[in-house]
Amino acid sequence: MTDPVLTSSLLYLDDVRVSFDGYKALRGLSLVLAPNEMRAIIGPNGAGKTTMMDVITGKTRPDEGTVFFGGSVDLTKRDEAEIAELGIGRKFQKPTVFENHSVDTNVALALKAPRGAFATLFGRAARDAREKVDGILRRIRLWDHRARRAGDLSHGQKQWLEIGMLLAQDPKLLLVDEPVAGMTDSETATTAELLREIARDHAVVVVEHDMAFVRDLGVKVTVLHEGAVLAEGPLDRVSADPRVVEVYLGR
Amino acid sequence: MQNHRTFGPRGLVFLAVLLAAAALVPASSLLTPAGSALHLSTYAVTLVGKYLCYALLALSLDLVWGYCGILCLGQGAFFALGGYAMGMYLMRQIGARGSYANPDLPDFMVFLNYHSLPWTWWGFSSFPYAVLMALAVPGALALVFGYFAFRSRVTGVYLSIITQALTYALLLAFFRNEMGFGGNNGLTDFKDILGHDVRSDGTRAALFATSCVALALGYVVAAAVTGSKFGQVTVAIRDAESRVRFLGYRVEHYKTLVFTLSAMMAGMAGALYVPQVGIINPGEFAPANSIEAVIWVAVGGRGTLVGAALGAVLVNWGKTYFTGAFPEYWLFLLGGLFVLVTLFLPQGILGLVDRLTARRRPGPPAERPVAPEEQVLPRPVAE
Repeated sequence: MTDPVLTSSLLYLDDVRVSFDGYKALRGLSLVLAPNEMRAIIGPNGAGKTTMMDVITGKTRPDEGTVFFGGSVDLTKRDEAEIAELGIGRKFQKPTVFENHSVDTNVALALKAPRGAFATLFGRAARDAREKVDGILRRIRLWDHRARRAGDLSHGQKQWLEIGMLLAQDPKLLLVDEPVAGMTDSETATTAELLREIARDHAVVVVEHDMAFVRDLGVKVTVLHEGAVLAEGPLDRVSADPRVVEVYLGR
Repeated sequence: MQNHRTFGPRGLVFLAVLLAAAALVPASSLLTPAGSALHLSTYAVTLVGKYLCYALLALSLDLVWGYCGILCLGQGAFFALGGYAMGMYLMRQIGARGSYANPDLPDFMVFLNYHSLPWTWWGFSSFPYAVLMALAVPGALALVFGYFAFRSRVTGVYLSIITQALTYALLLAFFRNEMGFGGNNGLTDFKDILGHDVRSDGTRAALFATSCVALALGYVVAAAVTGSKFGQVTVAIRDAESRVRFLGYRVEHYKTLVFTLSAMMAGMAGALYVPQVGIINPGEFAPANSIEAVIWVAVGGRGTLVGAALGAVLVNWGKTYFTGAFPEYWLFLLGGLFVLVTLFLPQGILGLVDRLTARRRPGPPAERPVAPEEQVLPRPVAE
């Protein structure tokens, strides 16, 4: 494993600290992600996984620490919309799609295009928008459902739709929070396949509890515990780490 | 991506009815003799004209509430501001015909010992300026108020409460004589509009037709906005605000823009209302007025535009009837109506119509429910 330097890493978190009313959600979290890398983040409840995503996407400002994107952009100084425009997409834990819009409109709204209020009021859709939307709908296996109301999709399909919306944004980095929670086994397998496909040309950070799913992804794993990194490496090695075993089983 | 048919069959019917009314109602009022079965009295024309102004107010509220989830409980403030702008023009048209026969100052200013016209009244002898102000003042207020509220991410019930506080604050301010807008009595005793007697049958008919056209235009604008990608984004904000933000849209800009547009529409409604009712006073800022407007939209069908206008006309028609027939029960009836609609008709009258027609017609094939096995095992598609 090579040690990535600041300038070549896509995402660089160093000694990030966040506390809410005295509760320390992150206590010196450091994490480095290379371009096009896929990383799984595991950890017990309260380990700081969601807070870490909040910090990266600008929802929460860290009290201390450095968060750099693309080697030079300081994410702690930007808000959600700016960070999204920089190329960081986020999937929530609970599938969040626009329930009253059709499936294809959901993807179209996420498509990379001018985001200004006047641009959407007076502008016209780009000529290749339709093709891009169709390509994504096929990729997320929702082509046959494109005209349905998103709110009528099954739970698993909503998760895929949200992943599709991330793809439409064409981000450099995707943050995916518990993508297989509440999915059937076959849906979980399809989702793993989908994420591996996406990881071919995007950096992806997946937060997940489901160990079988993480094993399926077959990528480097970071274990969080009490707001800091406890262990990092291939799943077999971290799961053999006595400290990790203690955190997971000793509770 | 989705239905870019901007108006739809219902909207086209709505526009056709409005334009037909704009032509036929004045004709019936002016060209047929008073005893004829086709004759509409000037009283009826003015009454319906007033309903149409309420309909435009309801339409403006539906634009922010139905399509962007902003429950504004102060929409009446924008309506009243537009009304005051028109009222000021009408006051300036009185000229020397007031009780004090002062050619430069309206009566109330003479009574309050003003010596010159306050700067707020400058320009209001011009009709185009008054119309501009009827749009610009509510729009500017909404722009500033909305920008700060939405930038601070005030949403939901908190936003509703501060919009309510806004209209209440304006109510108190306009009650004060020192504001220079006629205080408690407001502005009245109007004589002419564009050189025509405001009370003549012809002017009433013309105001009615103008109200029809304004409502039609308001509808066209609202339908174009909600049918655009901008409108898709505002609906998305209504349903999942943080998702929109994480997609990179500036939610506060969208909300401020739609709120400003809606305030301008409400201002136009107020400007058309005042010459028809002949008075504007601070009572128009009363929070109860704004809440009534919310009820109209809820009754007609939130998020349907046409339903909002329909709700405003129906509820006000009911109000005219009931306050005449059983004046003491009207408020109970209005409250009961709101409870009933909330409980049994959450989509309003138009929602009910949709449900009844959907039952008779099978949905388009794309919207058929998908068999369970299709959902669980989607066919992977090669890229």
